[in-house]
Amino acid sequence: MVATRYNYLEARDPNRLVMVKKAIQIDEKDNVATSTSEVEMGENLEVISPNGVVILKPKVVEPIPFGHKLAIKTIKKGENIVKYGEVIGVATQPIKSGAWVNTHNVGSARMPTSGKEAEIL
Amino acid sequence: MTQFMGYARPDKSVGVRNHLLVLAPIDCSFEPAKKIAAQVDGAVAITQYHGCGSDPVIVNNLVGTALNPNVAAVLILGLGCESLTVNNVADGVKPSGKPVETLVIQQEGGTLKTKEKAVRILQRWAQQTAEYKPEPFPVSKLILAVECGGSDATSGLAANPAVGVACDKLIDEGGTVIFSEPQEMIGTQHILARRAVNKKVAADVYKMIDQDEERLKAIGIDSRWMSAGNIDGGLTTIEEKSLGAIRKGGTRPIQGVLQNNWERFDRPTHPGLWLQDGTGWDVPSVTHMVAAGAQVVCFTSGQGSTTGHAIAPVIKITGNPVTYQQMEDNMDINAGTILDGSESLNNVGQHIYQTIIDTANGKKTKAEALGYRDYIVFCRSRAAEHMLGHC
Repeated sequence: MVATRYNYLEARDPNRLVMVKKAIQIDEKDNVATSTSEVEMGENLEVISPNGVVILKPKVVEPIPFGHKLAIKTIKKGENIVKYGEVIGVATQPIKSGAWVNTHNVGSARMPTSGKEAEIL
Repeated sequence: MTQFMGYARPDKSVGVRNHLLVLAPIDCSFEPAKKIAAQVDGAVAITQYHGCGSDPVIVNNLVGTALNPNVAAVLILGLGCESLTVNNVADGVKPSGKPVETLVIQQEGGTLKTKEKAVRILQRWAQQTAEYKPEPFPVSKLILAVECGGSDATSGLAANPAVGVACDKLIDEGGTVIFSEPQEMIGTQHILARRAVNKKVAADVYKMIDQDEERLKAIGIDSRWMSAGNIDGGLTTIEEKSLGAIRKGGTRPIQGVLQNNWERFDRPTHPGLWLQDGTGWDVPSVTHMVAAGAQVVCFTSGQGSTTGHAIAPVIKITGNPVTYQQMEDNMDINAGTILDGSESLNNVGQHIYQTIIDTANGKKTKAEALGYRDYIVFCRSRAAEHMLGHC
């Protein structure tokens, strides 16, 4: 296989028979992880902590594209989505562990900026 | 506490390189400056391209570059009729106690006579600085600048978080980190403000990022919207997108916003994490952080970058293993090992930290070895800033 910038996992090790795909948890507080390859429904997947520990082998219930997020905990509607240890949005519907997370089930929690300092401080 | 080997300067700062700076305050004297620098081992020529008026932003950044402890001695080379004179720069550098000389081409009687004098000065300095002995210093004397350019989906996933781990460690050991590019912080004002050490710093964080939003708005760009490409790439909200960029600075409290404008040019006053008001344009962004005192730079790039700097080593890190394979001539560290689980984020962060120390100790980065000496001073339009009510 010719190496391109987005099939590098396959390109790295073409002879590997069983390749367990990975998703990375960037901060230990995160309730989502980011997939480092295309994952099909039912495929094996390992979620790796910042320390390199496999913390979850989720049941993949729907395809997860490269660079996209999946829930690594059950997330209730209205609950914060945490990545980089920070709130990146709010669940607009319940999300099962292992489910794909994107704009279809998360909304921005972004605050307006100018004039809103008082709310933060 | 980690130590590094550096060169003590008269003003108590510590350099990790011994560059001889040939500083042309205006581009009129830059061609002769380059020819002069090319003659002498360890000399490097810089200039700026904003005309010959004595603009404080330009003067401050040139003076800041000359004051950077990586510079052992400074030769300032002017033409003669400019408003931004050699003395404008020399007066700012002399209090540091490092050797400074000035030459003016119109007074010397042309470039050839100037060159002979200039090369003799630099030759003497090159012989003197070769005898400087590095001594051990704690990392509290080290300022690291972090920058990203040519980002891709791996940047926020591997390279930036790994550099962030190294930044946290450097700060925990007493060091200083600067990062900039306020345009990439849009949407994370509240997160960065929460990390500010006090209310004034929090207000400064808001002001810096809000002003960049206003600049974009003035040309018809609403920066809060995510593009379809961002969402297809897996980014759900603007907070997530910007967090991927700011994570390269780590997670420690923000000590202050370093101003770089017509009223003020700030340097870090104590260790910890600092933001600098600046540009998202890579080379000027690095230039301004180096002018504020950074001796070492970490630069993340998903797609690969060639960037070096005139006086600071630039360590380039990619989170994309294929980019690393294809651009190994230019990229120093492969953080792409995080993606297949062969190395943990924290391990790669430790490796980057060690590379920062090794580089401070004298290890050459790939850009240094290839002789890349990027240097650009950026300056916003003062008229536009007036019209926006920013100054």
